[in-house]
Amino acid sequence: MASHENGAGTQDVLLEIRDLKTHFALDEGTVRAVDGVDLDVRRRQVVGVVGESGCGKSMTAMSIMRLIPPPGQIVEGEIRFHRPFDERPDAKDIVDLAQFESNDRQLRDIRGNQISMVFQEPMTALSPVRTVGKQIAEAILLHQDVNKAEARDISIETLARVKMPNPEQRFDDYPFQLSGGMRQRAVIAMALACRPQLLIADEPTTALDVTTEAQILDLMRELQAEYDMAILYITHNLGVVAEMAEEVVVMYLGKVVERCDVDSIFYNPKHPYTKGLLNSIPRLEDVLQDKREKLNAIEGMVPSSFQRLSGCAFHPRCPDFMPGVCDEAEPQLIQLEEGHAVRCHLYT
Amino acid sequence: MTVYILQRVMRMIPLLFLLSLIAFLIIQLPPGDYLTEHINALRASGRDVDEAEVERLMKQYALDRPMHVQYLTWIQNILLKGSFGQSFQWGRPVNEVIGDKMALTFLLAIFTTVFVWAVSVPIGIYVSVRQYTFTDYLFTMIGFVGLAVPGFLLAMVVMYFSFAWFGLKVGGLFSPAYELEPWSIGKFQNMLTRIWVPVLILGIGGTAHIIRVMRATMLDELRKQYVTVARSKGLSEFQVLMNYPVRIAINPLISSLGFLLPWIISGGTVVEIVLNLPTAAVVLYRSLLSQDMFLAGSFILLVGTLALVGSLLADIALAAVDPRIRFGSVEEF
Repeated sequence: MASHENGAGTQDVLLEIRDLKTHFALDEGTVRAVDGVDLDVRRRQVVGVVGESGCGKSMTAMSIMRLIPPPGQIVEGEIRFHRPFDERPDAKDIVDLAQFESNDRQLRDIRGNQISMVFQEPMTALSPVRTVGKQIAEAILLHQDVNKAEARDISIETLARVKMPNPEQRFDDYPFQLSGGMRQRAVIAMALACRPQLLIADEPTTALDVTTEAQILDLMRELQAEYDMAILYITHNLGVVAEMAEEVVVMYLGKVVERCDVDSIFYNPKHPYTKGLLNSIPRLEDVLQDKREKLNAIEGMVPSSFQRLSGCAFHPRCPDFMPGVCDEAEPQLIQLEEGHAVRCHLYT
Repeated sequence: MTVYILQRVMRMIPLLFLLSLIAFLIIQLPPGDYLTEHINALRASGRDVDEAEVERLMKQYALDRPMHVQYLTWIQNILLKGSFGQSFQWGRPVNEVIGDKMALTFLLAIFTTVFVWAVSVPIGIYVSVRQYTFTDYLFTMIGFVGLAVPGFLLAMVVMYFSFAWFGLKVGGLFSPAYELEPWSIGKFQNMLTRIWVPVLILGIGGTAHIIRVMRATMLDELRKQYVTVARSKGLSEFQVLMNYPVRIAINPLISSLGFLLPWIISGGTVVEIVLNLPTAAVVLYRSLLSQDMFLAGSFILLVGTLALVGSLLADIALAAVDPRIRFGSVEEF
C-alpha cells in the first residue's frame, strides 16, 4: 500500500493539509475561521504556527483532531495523514481525516493514539473528580492491548518520562492536588502515553509562569527527540517559535500568509504582516539606547470575523498597501525560493 | 473521609436539639391544648368528664407545669423510654400510630425517587447533548407542564379517567381485601399493583425539575475543556459523556437526595389526601387540625430528623463520588 502520489520532495510526509476550510455558520453570518490552509508536517519535524488571536491557528489544530465545536464544520479540503501501516518504515496508509464523521471509529483509533493534542489550559484539561492516573491509563487501555496493571505501569513510566516528581504517588492524586506545571506535565504524559507520531500542542505554556514555561519547552524538545515524533506547535509567541520550531507557518484571518524555515522568518521575513509581528517585539538594545518610547504595534485592528474583505485580507492594515491591487485581487501563496512561500502582491 | 464523616455527625447534634425545640414550639403555638379542647367539647355536649383520667394525663405530660418543664418531660420520654407520648385523637401511643405510616411513606418516597431518577437523568443527559433540537423543546415543554400542574389536580384527572375508561378505582394503596390485613407477600404484591399511580403523580413534578437541573449542569460541564480533552484521547462519545460531564453533573442531584422525604411529606399531602393514601402526611395534617400535640410534634421531629439524616447520608455519598469534597478543597473548577 506504499503510496507516493504527492511526488518528489515529500519524502517522510506525515500530515498534508490541502485547502482546508472550517466555517462556522452562525445566525449573524458565516465565520471563516480556517479559510484555505495548506500545511505540511514531515516526520520528526517541529512546525510552529503563529498568528494573532482569532487567526484560525487553534481551529486548524481542532480540525486535524476533528474536535471543532459546533456549529463549526470542515466545508472543504483534505487532511491527509500518513500513518505507519506496519513495521516497514516506508509502508503507509493514507487517510483523509476530513472525510470522517467526528465520532467515527477509525478516527477515534487515530485520535489519542497516533495524533494527540496538548491543550492550552492545564487547569481545566483534567476532570477534577478522577485521578490523574485513571485519566492517563484510559487512553492506553483504549488503544493498546494491555490489562489494567500494565496500563498503570505504562502511565507511571510516562509520568516519569515527563519528569513528574514521585510519579507513583501522583498517579493516584487528583488534579487539584497538583500545581499548574505538574498538571501540564500530566496532560503531556496523557498525550504521549500511546507514543503518537504527531503531537499537536495548542499554546501549552500560555497559562504557565515563565519559569515553568521554560521547563515545559525544554521537556517538549527532549521528548520530541526521544519519542521520534513530529510536533505542530501553535503559539502567538515568536520567542517560543524561535526556540521550538524548525519550520514556521504564519497565519492571518484563516489563511497562511507566509511559510518558511525558522531562520528565514527572523532574518528574511517577506510578508508585511510577518514583518509587523517581528517589529512589535520590543528589543532590549532599543530600550537601553532610548531609541523608542512606545511599543510598535501593527496598525488597526483585526477585522470583524463576519466581514469578508475583497483582495488581500491584510490590506487595511498593511504599510505597503497598493491601491487598486491589494484591495482587488486575492493574492496566491507563491513559492519565492525552496521552502519559502508567501501570500502577497509585493512578490508577484 | 472518616474525619469528614465524624465532623459531619458531630455537627448534627446541636441541629437535632434545635429541631426538637422548634418541633415543640410549633405544637405549643396554637392557644390551648388537646386536653382542654377535649374537656370543653365533652362538657359542651353535657357529658361527664373523668376527672381522675384528666388529672393522670395532666401529670404524666406535665401539662399543668411551665413550658420548659413540659419540653423536658417530652424529650426525656423520647430519649430514655423511646416513647413519643399518647395520641389523644387515636387513643393509642404515638409510636403505634406512626410506625406503619412512616414505613409506607418511606416506601413511597423510595419508589418515587427511583422512578424520578430513572426517568429524568437519562432524559436530562439526552436533551443536553441535543440542545435546541425538537426533542429538547419537546421535553422542555413537557417539563414545564409537569412543573406547572399541581399534583392533586393530576391525581383527580388520573382517578377520573381510570374510572371512566377502565372502571378502576385507583385510590388507596391496597385493595379492600388487604386493607386491614397484617403484612404478607400477598399484601406487598397487592401494593405493587397500586403504588405506581401515586408514584407517577408524586414523581411528575420532581422528574420535570430534575430534567431541567440535569440539562443545565450538563450544558455547563459540556463546555469545559476536559470534555474536549477526553474526546481527544479517542474515547467514544458515550464513554466521554458518562465518564466526564455526567460524573460531575450528577453531584448536585446526589446532594439534593436528603431533602426527598420532607419533600414527599409536605409536597404530597394534598395528593395523598385526594388519593386516600394511608401515609404519614395525611395523619400529620389531621393531627395538626385537631391539636393532637404529641402526634404532631413527634411527626415534625421525626420528619426533621429524617431530613437531617438524609442530608448527612447525601453528603457522605457526595464525598464518596467527589474527591474535592473529601479533601476539603475549595478551589473552583
